[in-house]
Amino acid sequence: MSDTQQSKQDAAIADLYAEAEHWHINTGDETIHAKRIPGRWRTYKWIANSVWLLFFLGPFLRWGDRQAVLFDIPNRQFHIFGVTILPQDFWMLSLLLLFFAILLAVGTALAGRVYCGFFCFQTVWTDVYTWIEEWLEGNPQKRRKLEKAPWDATKIRIKAIKHFLWIVIGFLTGVAFVSWFVDVFDLWAAIFSLTLSGASLVFVAMFTAGTYVLAGFLREQTCFWLCPYARIQGVMVDKTTAVPTYDFHRGEPRGRMAKGKKQEGKGDCVDCAQCVAVCPTGVDIRHGQQEGCIMCALCIDACDTVMLKVGLPTGLIRYESLDQLNGMENRPMYARPRVWVYSAILLLALMGIGYGLSTLDAIEIKVLHSRAPLYVMQSDGSIQNKYTIKILNKMTEDLSTTITASGPKGLILTGTEEPIEAVHGQVSARTVFVKVPKAHLEGENMPITFTATAINDEGETLVSERESVFIGPK
Amino acid sequence: MADNNPFPGENNTGHVWDDNLRELANPPPRWWMIAFWASIAWFVIYGFIYPMYPIGNESTKGLAGWTQMKEYHESMAEIETIRAPNEDKIAKMSAAQILEDEGLASYVVASSKVLFGDNCAACHGVGGMGGPGFPVIADDDWLFGGAIADIKTSIANGRKGVMTAHGKILSDPEIDKLAKAIIAGKPTSEPLYMTKGCVACHGPDGKGMKILGSANLTDSIYRFVPGEGQTQLDSVKYTIKHGVNDASDPMTREAVMPAFGDRLSEDDIKKLAVYVHKLGGGQ
Repeated sequence: MSDTQQSKQDAAIADLYAEAEHWHINTGDETIHAKRIPGRWRTYKWIANSVWLLFFLGPFLRWGDRQAVLFDIPNRQFHIFGVTILPQDFWMLSLLLLFFAILLAVGTALAGRVYCGFFCFQTVWTDVYTWIEEWLEGNPQKRRKLEKAPWDATKIRIKAIKHFLWIVIGFLTGVAFVSWFVDVFDLWAAIFSLTLSGASLVFVAMFTAGTYVLAGFLREQTCFWLCPYARIQGVMVDKTTAVPTYDFHRGEPRGRMAKGKKQEGKGDCVDCAQCVAVCPTGVDIRHGQQEGCIMCALCIDACDTVMLKVGLPTGLIRYESLDQLNGMENRPMYARPRVWVYSAILLLALMGIGYGLSTLDAIEIKVLHSRAPLYVMQSDGSIQNKYTIKILNKMTEDLSTTITASGPKGLILTGTEEPIEAVHGQVSARTVFVKVPKAHLEGENMPITFTATAINDEGETLVSERESVFIGPK
Repeated sequence: MADNNPFPGENNTGHVWDDNLRELANPPPRWWMIAFWASIAWFVIYGFIYPMYPIGNESTKGLAGWTQMKEYHESMAEIETIRAPNEDKIAKMSAAQILEDEGLASYVVASSKVLFGDNCAACHGVGGMGGPGFPVIADDDWLFGGAIADIKTSIANGRKGVMTAHGKILSDPEIDKLAKAIIAGKPTSEPLYMTKGCVACHGPDGKGMKILGSANLTDSIYRFVPGEGQTQLDSVKYTIKHGVNDASDPMTREAVMPAFGDRLSEDDIKKLAVYVHKLGGGQ
């Protein structure tokens, strides 16, 4: 083995060891106490957090005499403002889920884990929990000190208040979740009268415990080890994705300032480790992209604050793609096939939902041909078939529905002299008979179409049609 | 063994076979052991709460007092509570009144399927489609009347129509003539219809009499359908020759509707009457 080969190998091994040295992964053995530094991204984060207020306040919206958005599972009705969706229209949900899945992909492809960093409930609730923690226990140094302090009255008091507040938030979260499924006023009434029913109680309890444990204790460990989306999003990021990036060209070799001045031959990074101190997941952005980074951009605030203090240009850590960082021109958005594919899927999903919502039949007729017997011979020689007509009324009012049939010549429809009173949100059934003179039967099977017609309160005519068969002897 | 461990310091159990095969001490993880003991505790506690431990031919009753039969009865009671409002109404109403009430009638149609299946379908077929030798009750032709009250009487009291065997009274050619007129739907056009006494039961118009249960000979429905390899004409001739329920002729047709009045409750009979009326031919 030549000397050059040997030295190459040594260098490679040295690199590996160097990497291993800072490749420390926190498996929950140390609690991350992130510092809070005000800044642009911190403000954006509060704005993003506040989106979740909708989750708490949404159920209080009313629409007529009911909750505006209510997923009424016991009655199998899903009210979204003026629209009531019944299980029959549930295929739209799959498109909605597709839409959000692709939205996640688009967001990630363009700007990294925006969802993780700004909108995810794990991030938001942890942020609120640690905000309470800071308010009660003080800054990170004080928190660490308190952790080591003996259990005296002050510590017990502070901790008790903290955990109490956490549990209250967890409980409110649980109630807010359940109130999308149960009328919110009924729910609170049941809570105050201690008559909460089984499913509601279980879900409130689960959410209380889940929120308390996940946001209070597991925190970043959830993002590291529990969350599949964290891993999925990792593969959606490419070289053109703008993500919070440490500019190592400018920053390295890092070095501490001496006597308030940057040392000769060193980069702009003054190695103050503020970017690490503020990180809610405890990673060091200067190691480049890594699984622990939820891309919340708080390190950008921290670094900019320091840069301003030491009189260096800001933006040492900034939103930038890997291509741009390496001096390459960023491909414009329209030149990225991903953007096109994702947009196409988004558009398709939206169009599907739009189509579904615009063609929601107000009434739907179903026709079940009676199989036993298939047909009955009548005394006048005609053939009678029996059908069960089912009218699904998706409106909020009861509808008086008339049934007509067209098909073989000379057919006589009986059982529809009185209109079917179709109860709203329900299926109303009626047995009807169709008689056809034998002479007019052209085969064993003949098509027959049933039409349901109703007029609603606004005077609109609602029509639904369904084809069935008329069966006669061979 | 352990004193002479050839592989010290590798955390083996000291069990060594064939020089170098040895068992390492790899205890299961703590969480696994906790789950394991918790499962055993669960099993023991479960056994106290529910019937489990055998004692002779019996078993412990369990503290919760749960039995499968108790759960069954509770479920039945639950269903009966749901049905009660309708059942109470049915008890107070006549079959005709039930038929008038659309909601109640559809309750009866939905809930009496089992009743029909247990008591009626064996002869009259699923959905009243009839069977070999048994009448279709889904059509509009009724020997004893298709009004709700008639149907109810038929179920409660049973029916047994009688037709004399005419083999001794009529010659084969006469039977043939009559049968052909019936198949054509015009029995009264045949002079024998009047002279040989058919008119007495089947009426001057040939449409039968409800009180006697005599068949309408002018329509397209036949009480007795032909067997394998026979035509409807053969079947009609057979009926004329051997009659129905005529004890003097051993080859007579047998057609008896048994009485259900002593087998079923009054409410059940009302329900069945409504159910049958709704099959398609009620009048």
